[in-house]
Formats: sequence, structure tokens, C-alpha cells
Amino acid sequence: MSFLELRQVSKTYGTGANEVHALREVNLAVDAGALVAVMGPSGSGKSTLLTIAGSLEDPTDGQVHIGGIDLSGMSRDDKARLRRRSVGYVFQDFNLLPGLTAVENVSLPLELDGLAARKAKAAGLAALEELGLADRADHYPDQLSGGERQRVAIARAVVGDRRLLMADEPSGALDSENGEAVMRLVLAACRRGVAAVVVTHDAQLASWADRVVFIRDGRIVDQTTAAVGPDALLARSPNQ
Amino acid sequence: MSVRHALLALLSEGPKYGLQLRHEFEERTGDVWPLNVGQVYTTLQRLERDGLVESDDTEEAGPQKGFRITAPGEWELDQWLRTPPDLSSPPRDELVIKVLVALRLPGLDVREVIQVHRRYVVEVMQQWTRMKEDEAHFDLNFALVVDAELFRLDAVVRWLDTVEGRIKRASVEPLTSVPNGLPLPRRVGARR
Repeated sequence: MSFLELRQVSKTYGTGANEVHALREVNLAVDAGALVAVMGPSGSGKSTLLTIAGSLEDPTDGQVHIGGIDLSGMSRDDKARLRRRSVGYVFQDFNLLPGLTAVENVSLPLELDGLAARKAKAAGLAALEELGLADRADHYPDQLSGGERQRVAIARAVVGDRRLLMADEPSGALDSENGEAVMRLVLAACRRGVAAVVVTHDAQLASWADRVVFIRDGRIVDQTTAAVGPDALLARSPNQ
Repeated sequence: MSVRHALLALLSEGPKYGLQLRHEFEERTGDVWPLNVGQVYTTLQRLERDGLVESDDTEEAGPQKGFRITAPGEWELDQWLRTPPDLSSPPRDELVIKVLVALRLPGLDVREVIQVHRRYVVEVMQQWTRMKEDEAHFDLNFALVVDAELFRLDAVVRWLDTVEGRIKRASVEPLTSVPNGLPLPRRVGARR
């Protein structure tokens, strides 16, 4: 069953001559445990799709369902609670709070959701440990490398019982090895049952996904089909 | 790819039998380029004829015949490693030709044609990336071959993205419109 579902979602900014159609009748379903990449050029609507799918913004038309719940019927407070509990976000520029340590950044969403500080910190440490960052827990963001900062951001996005991970160009300015490490972490979260959407213009990042969706001018125009296994690549060499 | 020099490289580690060379070649290239045994022995015979390897005294080529590299063979290997492959002229790339042809056909949705190719390339990239997922079975040689393939395919996707961007801009700026005014290159694909 799909954990995230967008039904006929459209988003329009401005009115009259200034009207911009950022999304047009988008349908997208992401199952629990699936990693879906959304590929498109700048201005294609992929970031808008992510913010609407993550309930950071409301669609002009259509519905968004998270965990089977239609967001259009929810109050702002309920949506905020849903975001804190179920949705994790990873952005290109990490968005870590500079005055908090790595573990404080990771445990903050849990504390905001009412979890006792000690329990939140323990969960934060566990998330950091899982990403190989236990020894960086007490470092501040400016004491971490770019790759480490992004891993902290991913730890923050998956801490607790998050079921949906939304990532916008998560490898940002990282080099290809760190970009790959980021995608391995996202994929590992999916293998634990998290549903993830990654928007990117980078085909190497997108190729980690179970399915790649192509967006142009606010419309989903195409998607990859279930690919045959990797063995097919090795079986077709002429000398075999 | 030079099987000849790959065999010289393997023999530079010490004497080896033909079957062993085949096995090690495939192992070092991550099993991406399988080699038939006839190709191994034909190449070894040529290397021996050219004085780049020596064999045991055994008359017949076979599994028990050992080979070792000679001093000229080591020199040849060293020279080959330091000689850049010829990248100076564009290969006759079928995809480039298809896109150039598509641009000249009236009434054809070039963006749709581009998307067909983009989706295919991304699907192949997904298959390669799946192989990276299982790190336990991902040795260095295989990793390097897979990375090379992913970077090559990534460049194809970027090129397709750039083509689409240029076509879009050209349609907005008719004075510099590309499609009908685009001259086909006079010389595409000097090699391959």
C-alpha cells in the first residue's frame, strides 16, 4: 500500500498575467520501503512537488495522502504534528542549527514533539551511531565536514519513527563519493521500511532509486519501468 | 580494449598458465569483459611471435603451458600505460546522430525522442547502481569498472539535458533558432 500518494495535484502561484503553474495534475504513489527519485531541470516543479508531498505547502488543487490520511482535512496543528512525527526532510544546504551540537540537532524534532530530553538524546545518539557518527555527537556543525553535516541531517530526518523521507538535492555540493554515501543512507532507511522521495537533476543520484520519475514544466512526463536485474548487463558481452 | 596489454600486465607479476591468465583477466575486470580461451591463446601466440613473452618448451598450446614476460614485453607494457588513448576526434555516436536527425525532421517532437533515450540510459544506470548496493561483493576492480560506466552514462544524460535546454531556448529566440539552420558536422566520427 502506498504510504505517500498525490492525486491530481496542481499548484498555481500568482494570478492573471503573473499566474505560474508550478505543478499540473500530478499523480504519484510511493510505497513504504520504496525510494523514488524525481528528476527534472531547474524550474520544472520538482522542489514544489517535494514541499507539497511533505505537507510544507498546500496544493491549489488535488489531494495529498500520507499514511492513508488526506491532508486537506487536517488542521495546521495536526499537519505540524504529522510532520514532526512522520516526515523527515533533507535539504541541499543541510539546514542544521549552528548553535546546537550534532546530537542536539538530531534529537530536536523529538523534543519538540514532547519527548523527554534524556530519551530524545538517547534516540539521537542511536541515529548518529547508525550512520557512523557517534564520535561526532558533541561537535557543532562548523566542526564537521560537508559529508558529515549531511549525514547528521539524514540522522535528523530518520530519527524516531519517521516513515517518510523527503530529500531535495541531498548531495548538494558534495563530491561524488560523499554523494554516494548519502544515497546509501537514504536507501538503507528505505530498506527498513521508510518511503523516500529524492528530487535531483543528478542521474547518478537518481539511479539509486527503485523508480525514477521525470518531471517537465510541472507535469510528470515519464518514469522508469521495473528494470531487469543487473546480471543482464554482464550476460550480453560478446565474448562469453 | 587491449587484451594484449592486459595479458602483459598479468605476466609482469610472474609466469602464468593460459587458463590462469583468462581467469585473472576476468577477475580483474570485475567479470564485465568475459574472454574466451581461444582469444587468450591466439593473443599469447602473437605476443610470443613478437618477442614480448616467452613460453615453456612444450610444443602444444594448452593448459599446462606457462608464459612469462620478456624485457621488451615490459618496455611495451610501460609505453602502453603512458600513451593516452586517442580521444581527439569524436566517435561516431549513434545517439548524437539520432538527435541531430530528429532536429531536422518536421513535425517530430524532439523532446519526446530525447526523453525515450534519457529514460533508457537512466534505467541502465539503475542496473549498474544495483550492483554497487551489495558492498560485500564489490571489490575495487569491479567498483572502478562500474564507476567508469556510470560516469560515462551520466555524461550522456547531461548531454541530453543540455540539448533539451538549447532547443527550448532556441524556440523562444527565433533569430537564433537551431532546428532547421543547424548544419550537420562535416566530419563526425573519424574513428571507431
